[in-house]
Parts: sequence; structure tokens; C-alpha cells
Amino acid sequence: MAGVLVFCELQDGKIKKTSREALTIGRKLAEAAGGELAAFAAGSGAAGAADEAGKLGAKKLYAAADAQLDVYTTEPYAAALKQAIDQAQPAVVLFGGTSNGRDLAPRIAARVNAGVASDVDRIEWTDGKLRARRPVYSGKAFATVDVVSTPAMATTRPNAFPPEETGSGAADVVNVAYQPIEPKAKLVETKTPEAGELSIAEADIIVSGGRGLKEAANFSYIRDLAHAIGGAVGASRATVDAGWIDHQHQVGQTGRVVSPNLYIAAGISGAIQHLAGMSSSKHIIAINKDPEAPIFRVADLGVVGDLFQVVPALTEEVKRAKAH
Amino acid sequence: MNSVVCIAQVPDTESRIKIGGDGRHIDEAGLKFIVSPYDEYALEEAIRLKEKSGGDVTVLSFGPDRVQQALRESLARGATKALHVQGDSADADALGIAKVLAAAVKTVPHDVVFFGKQGVGTDNSLVGPMVAELLGYPQINVVTHLDVGDGKLTAHRELEGAEDVVEAALPAVITAQKGLNEPRYASLKGIMAAKKIAIDTKSIADLGLDEGDILNQRVQVAKLELPGEKSGGRKIDGADAAAAAKEILKYIREEAKAL
Repeated sequence: MAGVLVFCELQDGKIKKTSREALTIGRKLAEAAGGELAAFAAGSGAAGAADEAGKLGAKKLYAAADAQLDVYTTEPYAAALKQAIDQAQPAVVLFGGTSNGRDLAPRIAARVNAGVASDVDRIEWTDGKLRARRPVYSGKAFATVDVVSTPAMATTRPNAFPPEETGSGAADVVNVAYQPIEPKAKLVETKTPEAGELSIAEADIIVSGGRGLKEAANFSYIRDLAHAIGGAVGASRATVDAGWIDHQHQVGQTGRVVSPNLYIAAGISGAIQHLAGMSSSKHIIAINKDPEAPIFRVADLGVVGDLFQVVPALTEEVKRAKAH
Repeated sequence: MNSVVCIAQVPDTESRIKIGGDGRHIDEAGLKFIVSPYDEYALEEAIRLKEKSGGDVTVLSFGPDRVQQALRESLARGATKALHVQGDSADADALGIAKVLAAAVKTVPHDVVFFGKQGVGTDNSLVGPMVAELLGYPQINVVTHLDVGDGKLTAHRELEGAEDVVEAALPAVITAQKGLNEPRYASLKGIMAAKKIAIDTKSIADLGLDEGDILNQRVQVAKLELPGEKSGGRKIDGADAAAAAKEILKYIREEAKAL
């Protein structure tokens, strides 16, 4: 039977959003393949994810309940997932495209001689194999790929597969026979700087600023709007290279490729590298004083105007709307 | 302290991508190729390590003859040796490429194996960790800060809005993120010196690998296509900022359904 196994990352006992998305598309693949959806979770509290995994359609939860897995490190997680794969014998293994999902997928793929389609935004089970679409050249082109190994693996692009709770009842917990290993790399600490700042990687809304801001201090216009609307702060390459903002915020070919529900670009002309990184966003608003700016070619709503006037006015409108 | 830096040669990020006649590859005609941008951070880190602790920096690339240009550029920046594994890397998948690179790395003295966090273009982010697994080495992915000491290294690994500080035994695989350092340009002296260094070449068979397995794609490109042009966008005049803000809010609420 062609089952699907989804690597689920837990945070405070809950399944992370990107993993919920992977479970959702995993359920559809399993239905098409005539198999069963199973989840994999690790850490002391792994079994606690059974209810949530069940709601998302998983029939089984492979739980590696060992304290060595309470924090993510590559080698123990790879060993535990390998054990789960041996037990479940899935046809497909999916990972949400988080930092950890993208760290683990290639490691485990090399261990079991499997192919991986990275960062897919469409995926289906067809003619007995996994077919996926993935952006390449930062979205300047799309590749449709067939993964023909068993198992076939893929990492899913965040926000590409909205979670659906269609299942009923908790998943059955299956114990993963994990024996702790002595890893060659160990976690010393996790640092969480910039408290309260959302990451662009998984955000539903991104507000980005470009060279039109004129100077570093004016990123406050972007931050205020992002804060009001509950979004993450993005930036063009020019502003990162100028040192106005940290590169973690950079959207584009040498930054992050993002596809949020809403992308607001202010003072960004739309260099090809930037467009490649954001044009797959579902709704795009551009604010720029140059009516010929290339960003308007991808914008659903283009506002030709002064960002220093329009952005604060929008921030006030958003605050007013939220107050009601 | 010896390093190997695995280099991918990719189309210039300014390039417009055209699809080739077979509908599965890009059209390389007229394309300018560059060292993949993240590999520049990897190379710079390796050169700094050499400057501090001595040893060799070997740059390694798998691909057609054009990749020698990328190796040459890397030598000009300060790499001391270069190894070109000849083959049509466009017809191998990530694991096939990783098998070639892992076998090639074994032929060169090394304590740290560097990659860029992804090859810009194919954007797989797979090969570095696959090589780590094949060699049985620890991997630290998407690194923004690195200290290499006696027999071990400490690296900062970028996460969503946070970072892990990880300590690993050598040899280890590092994949470099933008921000790890500020890559240098090649000096004239470097360019002249690089010309005197011979690029070592090997075939897949020389590495004791079965070409059939390397090119036996687990991931097969069925089709490559350009995204459709977006149309139907609306443009409004923002001269009256308050009115424009109201219009934007309406769009956010009614169409994006984001508030």
C-alpha cells in the first residue's frame, strides 16, 4: 500500500504550521495513491500530537518519544526518522520547508538513496509516481519533476498548501524504536534575537521596503505598517547591501523566495531578482512614485504615489480597521 | 587546516531564462555563467581559514568544461588547488551530484568541506547535506558565523527568526549563507598566480563510480516552463494619500481577505 509519511515539527506540543500544510497535501496524495497518511513526531511529548495529526487526516502517528529529540539536531533526527521509515515503509515522505525540514530531507534521502523535490508548490500522485512543480531560477521558471525512487521525497513551500482539518479522531500512536546515538554535532544554544519580529519565511503577510525609503531610519515606515497589520518586514537587496537592514529580511534571488497571501512593496522598483523572489505571492500591492516601475507588472493593486504619504495613511487605516 | 570548497557554476542572476528546445533544460546559448553567489561566501571563509591556520583550499566542481572558468576565478581569489570532475551534471540529480562530490572530496586532504547553502538557479539546497551523509560527517546548514578550532568547529545556523549555535567534530560540512563574511575580489596578483596552477581533472570512472548510477535520476525533470505573465492588475493614483489608503484597505479586506 502506497502510504505517505509526513515529518511533523512540534513547537510547544503543537504541530508547526508548515508541517500542518504538509499533512494536508500528504492526505490528498495518500487518497490518490490508495494509501494511508501517517505522521512522524519526535521528542518526549511526541505522542501528544496524535489528536492534531488525526484532525489533519493522519491515521497513525509514529512517535519517537526520546528526550534526546526534544530539540532538533540533524543526526539523532535522521536516525529516528530512518527508523520510522523502516517501520512504516511509505511510498512518499514529505517535509514542510522549514530550516529543519530542509536540513533533514537531504540527509535522510542520501541515507535511503531517495530523490527529493525541493520547495514544491504543487504536488500530485499520478501514474503511480510523485509529480511535483517547483520554482527554479527563483521563480523565473517552473520545473515539473517526477520523483521515481521509493520512497519519493519532497519539501513543501511554506504557504502553498492551506491546512484543512477534515479528519476525525486521534491518530493511532505507533512507538518508534529509537535508540539514542552519539552525534558528531551538538546544539550549544538557540538564540532568539529581535524579539517579536516575525520571519518572512512563513509569514502570511509581508511588508517590504526598498531604496525608495532613502535611508535606514525610514524602515520605521515599513515596520509600523507591518506591526499594525501583523506581518513580517521584508527588504530589497539594495537596502540589505547598503546595510540598512539585516539580510534575514531580504526577499529575492539571493535572499528568500516567499509566497505569502499578501505582499506589500513600498519604494521597490522591482529588479528582476526581487520579482523572482516574490511574484508568486497571492496578492501583491505596490506603492511607488514611478509609474513605469517594473514592480507594477506583477502587482494586483498598484499605487502610484509617495510612500512617505501613502504608507503612514495606510497604517492609520489598518489600525482603525483593527480597532473595530 | 585544509578545506575543500564545492563550487556550482550557474547562470548570472541578472539573466533572463529561456527554455531549451527539449523543454526540459534551459537554453544556455548566450548565457553568462558565474560562481553561484552563496559559494562565494563558502570560498571566502575557506581562504580566511587558510590565512589564519595554513593548509590548502581546494576548489572542486562537477560539470562540463565551462566549469573550469569558475575554478579559475576561485583560484584567482585565493584557492590553492582545483579539481574538475568532468561530466554532464545537468543530467544528474542532486544525489547523483552528491555521490560524485563525496567521492572526489575523499581524494583531497580536508578538515572542513564548504558549500553554498544552495546553488542559485536549481535552488535545491540538497547537495551539501547529502555529501555530509555520504561521508558520515556532521553538517551545519545555512551558516552565518563560523569559528574553527582544534579538531572542532562552532557555527551559527540560521533558523526562522532565530539561530542555533552548533558545535561539531571535524571533519564537517558547512553550507554558507549570505552574511557569513564579505567576499573579496580577485587581485591582479591573484589572477596571475592562478594561471600557474594546473586544474586537476578526473572522470566519474576515475573516482571508482558507476556512471549509470550517477545519471540514474531519482528526480526527473518532465518539463520546464516560464511563468505566465500576470495580468489584470489595477493602478490607482496615490496623490491623495488618504483616499489611496482607503482603497488599499478595501483591497486587503475584500480580495486578500487579510484583515
